[in-house]
Amino acid sequence: MEPSKTLLLVGGTSDIGRATALDYAQAGWQVQLAARNEEEARRNADDIRARTGAEVTVHRLDILESGTFDSFLDGLPTLPDTVVCVVGELGDQVKGQTDITHASLVLRTNFEGPSLLLGLFAERFLARGSGTLVGVSSVAGDRGRGPNYLYGAAKAGFTAFLSGLRNRLAPKGLRVVTVKPGFVRTQMTSGMKLPPVLTAEPGEVGRAIFTAAEKSSRDVIYVRPIWRPVMMAVGSIPERFFKRLRL
Amino acid sequence: MTELTGWGRYPRHPSETLSPQSPTAFPSLMASRTGLVARGNGRAYGDAAIGERVTLIARGLDRIRAFDQATGRIHVEAGVLLSDLLDVVVPKGFFPPVVPGTKFVTIGGMIASDVHGKNHHRDGGFGDHVESLTLALPDGGVVTCSRDEKPELLSATIGGMGLTGTILDATFRLRPIETGWMRQTISVARDLDGAIHALQTTSNATYSVAWIDCLARGASLGRSLIFAAEHATRQDLDALRPGAEPYPLSKLGRLGVPLDLPSFTLNRLPVLAFNELYFRAGAVKSGYPFVVHWNPYFFPLDGIGNWNRIYGRRGFLQYQCVIPTVQAQAALGGILERIAKHGNASFLAVLKQLGPSHGDLSFPLEGFTLTLDLPVSDDVFPLLDELDRLVVEAGGRLYLAKDARQSPATFEAGYPGLPRFRDLRRAIGATGRISSRLSARLGI
Repeated sequence: MEPSKTLLLVGGTSDIGRATALDYAQAGWQVQLAARNEEEARRNADDIRARTGAEVTVHRLDILESGTFDSFLDGLPTLPDTVVCVVGELGDQVKGQTDITHASLVLRTNFEGPSLLLGLFAERFLARGSGTLVGVSSVAGDRGRGPNYLYGAAKAGFTAFLSGLRNRLAPKGLRVVTVKPGFVRTQMTSGMKLPPVLTAEPGEVGRAIFTAAEKSSRDVIYVRPIWRPVMMAVGSIPERFFKRLRL
Repeated sequence: MTELTGWGRYPRHPSETLSPQSPTAFPSLMASRTGLVARGNGRAYGDAAIGERVTLIARGLDRIRAFDQATGRIHVEAGVLLSDLLDVVVPKGFFPPVVPGTKFVTIGGMIASDVHGKNHHRDGGFGDHVESLTLALPDGGVVTCSRDEKPELLSATIGGMGLTGTILDATFRLRPIETGWMRQTISVARDLDGAIHALQTTSNATYSVAWIDCLARGASLGRSLIFAAEHATRQDLDALRPGAEPYPLSKLGRLGVPLDLPSFTLNRLPVLAFNELYFRAGAVKSGYPFVVHWNPYFFPLDGIGNWNRIYGRRGFLQYQCVIPTVQAQAALGGILERIAKHGNASFLAVLKQLGPSHGDLSFPLEGFTLTLDLPVSDDVFPLLDELDRLVVEAGGRLYLAKDARQSPATFEAGYPGLPRFRDLRRAIGATGRISSRLSARLGI
């Protein structure tokens, strides 16, 4: 048996993060959970350990404190083989339209923090010559819409960052995977009315991430394939019509 | 406001519902709200898990916190489903010490109802196996209870229907099993006397239960199939089912009842046919041991998703009483006669032997428990009131996790631990603050 690999899951208290980390652990990986709230992350770490017997460690990380990223990387017990970043903050679009502190929080949580962090890992992976980076972006980043363009713009930026990073790293044999989950039934969306066909369970997202990152060579995935034609259709509407639509 | 019901879909009550996602969120909620009770997966049949004003849904507490495979000790949050736990522990060679008739219950619910299994006569209730638990009290405090630490709070919480606080997590020991199969023997009892006798003579079996043909009358009243079982050893499995996977996974139910069936589907004729078939199918295998998968053995009805809908929109009542051993035959005979005469028969009638229990409001006592389902109808309530009188006269009582309609007088007559329970509720400030529709109805 090959020595077990290590996953770093950034966003270790989220439902998607929990499900993804559990999938990796079930496949024999060691897991590092990074989260702002260590106590909550420890609940997930305990759970994954109890269910799988995997070695799971918890590491404090605030995605908004980019000044701590270097020491965070240095503090990890080993440089992971794969980093999955599921950090996200839907925020409140209407609030963000007038409250720029809130708008900045949404932009930084979804774009700046994840990009800077994965960028640092990219340099270390390059130095080592191996590693996979997975960023959970969003279909909301495929085209800006009135009801959520702060979140959408941040995710669009993240998608572009991942695309550029992939373009740069591919010749060196390193992988960058962009995941667009679509709607997911999580704490973030609890209470929302979501169309069942377009809505995934966190476990589905976790399996899709593991498969895409470790069992395939795909670059950009929609967790439910139906989202690809849906977003293609949304993307093909001419702007002069699109601007009048309420989607 | 949401309209909530139990598994029986009767009664319906409006309640505000909150779904805290972390144990750390409970204390402040407990301290700032009144008229609340915790709810697990909503499998109590009646009104036990509906808050008078607020219902705290504890399903977010679904983490297993530690599992020591050397000792079988497991520490879980209270919202972990038994089905989830089984999927984790059975492949590793462990089984919970006690399981009820459905696996779609939470561990917190199993403690709050002090659930019993087919092994109660030997192993006691689930609560007897709880080593310690963490309880969020009505004043916002959080305490650990065990045999050594606050034992009186532990005895009140086991079987306490969530009325002492919200159970946040618990530690208990699993039993090691050699296989995930059950070695089962079925025998036939011609009447109630035979069934009671058979359960007594098979009481050395770890698991035993009788299925009663409720429609048999006269000399055949109480005719039954007796199912006795052990966890199959590797040797049993090699002999009876060579080549089988030793720890089979649970399989998801294929059948489902997606819609409410009109209540006439359960009229006398199909139920009669069902019971006849069941009796015949069982009788064929009678006497020979055979192995069955743990999942259908323990949870036969879980294979039919939403089976509660089979009784139609008005819902149904599950009537479960226990009668002390000496009185059992006479009282249960009287109950079965009235049920048979009523005609709107039970889909399910189960007879089990129980041993003593230790929670202040735990249901089991040394005797026999009978369980029946009855669709809600106007004439079912007087019938059950009459059955209650027989139960009270015989020194028995009704299971709170099933109850939706007993009177405070019936309840008080059956539960001698009630005054102590009430005193404890007063002492910890739970009276009036932690209250379910059940506690309000029964004056707990």
